[in-house]
Amino acid sequence: MRHIISILMENESGALSRVAGLFSARGYNIESLTVAPTEDPSLSRMTLVTRGNDDIIEQITKQLNKLIDVVKLIDLADSFHIERELLMVKVKTSPEMRDEIRSMTDIFRGKIIDVTPTTYIIEMTGPSEKLDAFIAAIDPESIIEAVRSGPTGISRGELGLHL
Amino acid sequence: MELNGAQIVVQSLIDEGVEYIFGYPGGAVLHLYDAIFQQEELKHILVRHEQGATHAADGYARATGKPGVVLVTSGPGATNAVTGIATAYLDSIPLVVISGQVSLPVIGSDAFQEVDMVGITRPCVKHNFLVKDVTKLAETIKKAFYVATSGRPGPVVIDIPKDITAPNIKVPYSYPETVSIRSYNPVVTGHKGQIKKAVDLLLSAKRPIIYSGGGVVLGEASEQLIEFTRALGYPITNTLMGLGSYPATDKQNVGMLGMHGTYEANMAMHESDVIIAIGARFDDRVTGKLDLFCPYAKIIHIDIDPASISKTVRVAIPIVGDVKQVLEQMLGMIKESSIQIDTEALAQWWKQISEWQAINCLEFDRSSPLIKPQYVIEQLYEVTQGEAYVTSDVGQHQMWAAQYYKFNKPRRWINSGGLGTMGFGLPAAIGVKLAFPEANVACVTGEASIQMCIQELSTALQYKTPIKILNLNNRYMGMVRQWQEFSYESRYSHSYMDTIPEFVKLAEAYGHVGMRIDKPEEVRPTLETAFAMKDRTVFIDIMTDRTENVYPMIEAGKGHHDMKLRVAIGTSTDRELA
Ligand SMILES: Cc1cc2nc3c(=O)[nH]c(=O)nc-3n(C[C@H](O)[C@H](O)[C@H](O)COP(=O)(O)OP(=O)(O)OC[C@H]3O[C@@H](n4cnc5c(N)ncnc54)[C@H](O)[C@@H]3O)c2cc1C
Ligand SMILES: Cc1ncc(C[n+]2csc(CCOP(=O)(O)OP(=O)(O)O)c2C)c(N)n1
Ligand SMILES: [Mg+2]
Repeated sequence: MRHIISILMENESGALSRVAGLFSARGYNIESLTVAPTEDPSLSRMTLVTRGNDDIIEQITKQLNKLIDVVKLIDLADSFHIERELLMVKVKTSPEMRDEIRSMTDIFRGKIIDVTPTTYIIEMTGPSEKLDAFIAAIDPESIIEAVRSGPTGISRGELGLHL
Repeated sequence: MELNGAQIVVQSLIDEGVEYIFGYPGGAVLHLYDAIFQQEELKHILVRHEQGATHAADGYARATGKPGVVLVTSGPGATNAVTGIATAYLDSIPLVVISGQVSLPVIGSDAFQEVDMVGITRPCVKHNFLVKDVTKLAETIKKAFYVATSGRPGPVVIDIPKDITAPNIKVPYSYPETVSIRSYNPVVTGHKGQIKKAVDLLLSAKRPIIYSGGGVVLGEASEQLIEFTRALGYPITNTLMGLGSYPATDKQNVGMLGMHGTYEANMAMHESDVIIAIGARFDDRVTGKLDLFCPYAKIIHIDIDPASISKTVRVAIPIVGDVKQVLEQMLGMIKESSIQIDTEALAQWWKQISEWQAINCLEFDRSSPLIKPQYVIEQLYEVTQGEAYVTSDVGQHQMWAAQYYKFNKPRRWINSGGLGTMGFGLPAAIGVKLAFPEANVACVTGEASIQMCIQELSTALQYKTPIKILNLNNRYMGMVRQWQEFSYESRYSHSYMDTIPEFVKLAEAYGHVGMRIDKPEEVRPTLETAFAMKDRTVFIDIMTDRTENVYPMIEAGKGHHDMKLRVAIGTSTDRELA
């Protein structure tokens, strides 16, 4: 099953490699990983998407908790939560295609954030599946490059991951 | 008080109560060595190889329960220490290893003797630090000791760049009395509800067994384990790491379990209906093939590390907590419980166990004209009245030491179980002897293992640590040969050395006493003579039966109930190796 684990950890050099190292040393897979400092500069927050059966996910969360730099974590898949991912995609545009790409971007609620005579850069956020769907909807030949942030997430309601 | 970085390190160690530091100098730690030179409280033990420093500190830690402390230089000094760090990590031994590092401004430039020690050791330490600010040095050292010794213990590395210890930069010093880390709070008290459930299950068992491990030694809970086991009257088995935490000679003890455990212990595990695992981690050498492991049992597991629980074997009742506290909580509930132990079922269970015991799985050929390694260990036990500290290396000799020396006290059996590090025994014995100068310390080793840290014989002379080395010399990497015999149709690929040094001369060259024996009747008197030489290290080169194998044995892929037992006594002697 797919799990999305949110981790609060000390904002120290090396903390990220402890997490990454743990996954490679123990043979767990990482589908995506995002990390940035939080409003409290001493902490950073990491969102990690992984897959595994219940036993593996239990070991992953226990092993993560064991890292001294990890302050707290939750498995967002355990409760109602919202996930968002950022996509930026640069596409080739011929004059006759421009309208179609623009309307497709509108349908998906994306934004065109850079324009040259021959290219657009489209920005889009949303659940990962929506970004997948957008990519599938445009002509693969037209994509020059696409970059995705990997999902990040937050739980709904009053519960939350904080100190 | 204003001190420079080097002085801060030394003073912090003194304030932490450190007695010995095991180390080896080099460029990146010269300031530190200069500070060590200028004081007398902290005693430095100069080893001959950094691996020796880590094992000696580790031996000291295992015997005393106090953290072992190591100091090595950057680069090769640091990498040489890695094997010892990993050894301590896999057996959860508290070490604080200080490594020198190149100066901060040149980190990352492939400077002379630069290696990324924090990166190299990350997977084999409990935690590590790179110190970037001299004002944080004392606090970091305090944290290192706290992390190493609390919760599930383990090694901690502090990597200190040379400029942090510079003599001319002085800062105010005070050693923190306590330290807290917001992200690190080991759970020690067990969950009451879980403990109650466990007690109910335990008391209702018909074929129970207690399976205890190194956590009881690490958690200083031997006394509680004994009281608990006696209160229940149940059989108990120990892992290799748990030996001594429950007296081996006690009648409730059915011996070690696992690959080379006793027949009765493994059969009892296999047939049991309730198992309580106490500070043990279901290692694969213990469980054998997981699908076949304890098919009828409900399992209770006490461990301070949540990650140890349900890692390889799913358990019915997990209890996260310190073994000492949890056992005390359990004892209280057992006394108050209204559930009566089914004494009839228990008597039946013991009867079954005594039938397994009657197989006498540890019996060996006592009339052989060759020295049987098992006999040597039995004699060692008798000559030292079961009171010695016994360190070992890795191989057949290690298993025989575990099987035939009846450890009745914790912290007397000092061996590398998890990593299985050849070369551990000799330096570890030096560390033990420093901690307990009056005690008998024996190192049981093999002719291959001893050569991996033989240089520490020189350290033993310099620091006058008179230990007795029993080299069970079978002219083979016996353990490897045994596997090749069983699983590779006796193709003895490189498990034999065509040249083996003359150990007597070697011992003498290092300034010690060397002895060599090859007849069974020489064993006892030689051991007596050696142990009577209180102030000498004695190397006894013992020519043993080279064909001897370790039995019983659970072969790969087999379950506890499917053990390979010794071939009929008498037929093993004078056996030609294929
Ligand atoms: C050649 C060879 C053969 C071997 N054969 C065998 C064999 O036949 N049988 C055998 O048993 N082993 C054998 N071993 C050793 C084996 O590899 C493991 O090292 C050993 O089984 C682990 O012992 P343990 O389960 O007691 O765990 P340890 O490694 O001692 O771990 C201790 C456990 O206790 C927990 N703990 C620590 N402190 C506390 C506390 N205060 N409170 C609660 N819990 C705590 C830890 O979290 C950990 O889970 C062999 C090794 C070698 C090299
Ligand atoms: C550093 C290291 N290298 C290799 C091994 C694999 N190994 C395990 S036992 C053994 C042979 C040990 O031979 P010896 O010390 O003579 O002991 P014996 O088994 O003969 O008693 C080897 C090579 C190991 N455990 N450690
Ligand atoms: Mg040998």
